[in-house]
Amino acid sequence: MSELTKHEPTTIYIKPSTGLTALNLRDLWVYRELVFFMIWRDIKVRYKQTMLGAAWAVIQPVMTMLVFNFIFGSVAKVPTDGIPYPIFSYTALLPWGLFVAALNQASRSLTSNNNMITKVYFPRLVLPIASVLAGLVDFAIAFVILIGLMFYYKVSPAWNVLWALPLFMLLAIVTALGVALWLSAINVKYRDVNYALPFLTQFWLFITPVAYSANVISEKWQLVYSLNPMAGVVNGFRWALLGAGNGPDMALWVSASISLVILVTGLFYFRNMERTFADTI
Amino acid sequence: MTTAIKVENLGKRYKIGAAPTKFKYGMLRDVIVDTATAPIRWARALANKQPLLEDQPNYIWALNDVSFDVEEGKVLGIVGRNGAGKSTLLKVLSRVTEPTRGTVTVRGRVGSLLEVGTGFHPELTGRENIYMNGAILGMKRAEIENKFDEIVAFSEVEQFIDTPVKRYSSGMYLRLAFAVAAHLEPEILVVDEVLAVGDAEFQKKCLGKMGDVAQQGRTVLFVSHNMSAILRLTEEAIVLDKGKLLMRGPTQQAVDYYLSSGQAQAGERLWDADEISPNAAPFRPIAMRLKDQKGKVIDTVRSIEPVTVEMEYRLEAPLTGLRVGFYLSSMRGEYIITAFDTDDAKQYEKFSARDSGHYISRCTLPADLLNEGRYSLGVNASTFGVQRYFQDEQALAFSVDISGAPGTQWAEPRQGPIRPRLDWNIEKVE
Repeated sequence: MSELTKHEPTTIYIKPSTGLTALNLRDLWVYRELVFFMIWRDIKVRYKQTMLGAAWAVIQPVMTMLVFNFIFGSVAKVPTDGIPYPIFSYTALLPWGLFVAALNQASRSLTSNNNMITKVYFPRLVLPIASVLAGLVDFAIAFVILIGLMFYYKVSPAWNVLWALPLFMLLAIVTALGVALWLSAINVKYRDVNYALPFLTQFWLFITPVAYSANVISEKWQLVYSLNPMAGVVNGFRWALLGAGNGPDMALWVSASISLVILVTGLFYFRNMERTFADTI
Repeated sequence: MTTAIKVENLGKRYKIGAAPTKFKYGMLRDVIVDTATAPIRWARALANKQPLLEDQPNYIWALNDVSFDVEEGKVLGIVGRNGAGKSTLLKVLSRVTEPTRGTVTVRGRVGSLLEVGTGFHPELTGRENIYMNGAILGMKRAEIENKFDEIVAFSEVEQFIDTPVKRYSSGMYLRLAFAVAAHLEPEILVVDEVLAVGDAEFQKKCLGKMGDVAQQGRTVLFVSHNMSAILRLTEEAIVLDKGKLLMRGPTQQAVDYYLSSGQAQAGERLWDADEISPNAAPFRPIAMRLKDQKGKVIDTVRSIEPVTVEMEYRLEAPLTGLRVGFYLSSMRGEYIITAFDTDDAKQYEKFSARDSGHYISRCTLPADLLNEGRYSLGVNASTFGVQRYFQDEQALAFSVDISGAPGTQWAEPRQGPIRPRLDWNIEKVE
């Protein structure tokens, strides 16, 4: 008894939530340690029992870059605003890789942790958020190669990289998290997501200026093109790191707003579906 | 005394099997169709003045208008047969799933032994998993560090603490998992039948831990099919049946009520469609019966007469390796017999592959087998090592009357569940 009187236990009210549930981000804050633990677990386990280990974080973007370099750089000779093709595409492959990895990991994060979901209460948002953030480690490793490439090609970023890069990182995370929330919540009920995802990311790659420059799109289609939030992210990275393109313009704001819309709707959709996760998973 | 848990008009509705013909696969296509036709169904429902939430055929109320409260420091037992809503109640209390109706007010953290091993990752070491698991259960890092040594000592896996848990034996794994859950020290502890796992020694430890928790003035909810455990560990109990709270009272009364009204259906147990999990397919239990030699269904067995146990079921698809059997256990939860219809080698050869169809598996228990008392029969349909299709450990209960049995000339209770007629030979040597 003495132990109980020491601190007043918090009272929890359990009742059906109606309509759009309050986001309850406070709960997420209470469980912030769990987010770190999940990220840590993801990273710790990711390259277990692989021969090459963390080298995979570098091999994937570098190999893609080499293939792109051959096809689009040497054979098709895609215009790159005067930047050497390898660094041009690699700069774009970094946020793209982050995005694809986030979708792959996060869309499965709920279903692969179903024993947690059916047994314990914790804010379910922890799982997709941790999956997306865990991708930052691979991103950081691959980024080292970019620095090497920049030295090799003698490309130096302008000073604005100091504020622009973190902002575009944030935009990349917001975009990835927004889409990931939608996919992970849908995947709980409809495993179609597993089958649609490879196709979706492949298709998405074509409409994102990773292998080519956004400038090849004619002026009047630019705004339509920027409806793809990843276009804004990729252009932003190129602008921040290589000084390519025209920097923050109308198209970027369109992309960024779309990202934000996806994130906010994703959060609400996720919270709304969360009620039945344990029953349907 | 303050109230630790207050449950008011709690209801939880599940969709069952969805409409069997349509929407079977939970595919996106189905949703599109479902959404497109929704307005029509709503309009129909409105026209018929049928409230949408109410008893539609595809829905089942796993909990229906359940209200009770538990005072701080009390140990409450929850009894009821399979599908009565016990697990759903625990899930709602531990916030795993949301109720459809009603409210629960809980004072303090709810920890459950449902959570054993949640989030354990085979590649991580024991040490890492303790931290991981603790975080999932809502413990702060500092809290885990404080209790780390205690957890390790309790789990008895000190030597292997830096070994990945995938190399652990299942017993070690379970002990470690339980140790973390047991040290969560929640204000309210919810215990389901996980205690059934692990060796006897460890089970004793677990029950001991549960006793400690209760001693410290924490509130415990204890769910079990084991009536003797319920009687031993709780003072009060509630009885659930088909989602409804039937009664609440001192444990002895509640257990008596449960045994006499809830499950003993005059020697016969019939299964409704809504009581069978979809996972049972293609096995569909129909009935379990106890019959005397004339074929009459009975619920009191004379120990000096043989009695027939009968299981009626349907196979909706051919099955290979199926065995249908029963458990016979005493009301104190000790198993007396476990037997399957294909135990015999010849039977096994003949029936190891069964076509779809309607079956009855029947066996006769010999006379002079059981002692006086109440017993329960459970049913199990499974393929060895592959899948358990259906299991109900307490399908029906019956009493044994011993008039005429050996030793009844002395009016005294005899120890032990069996009372065979033995051949005594008395020899005068001198």
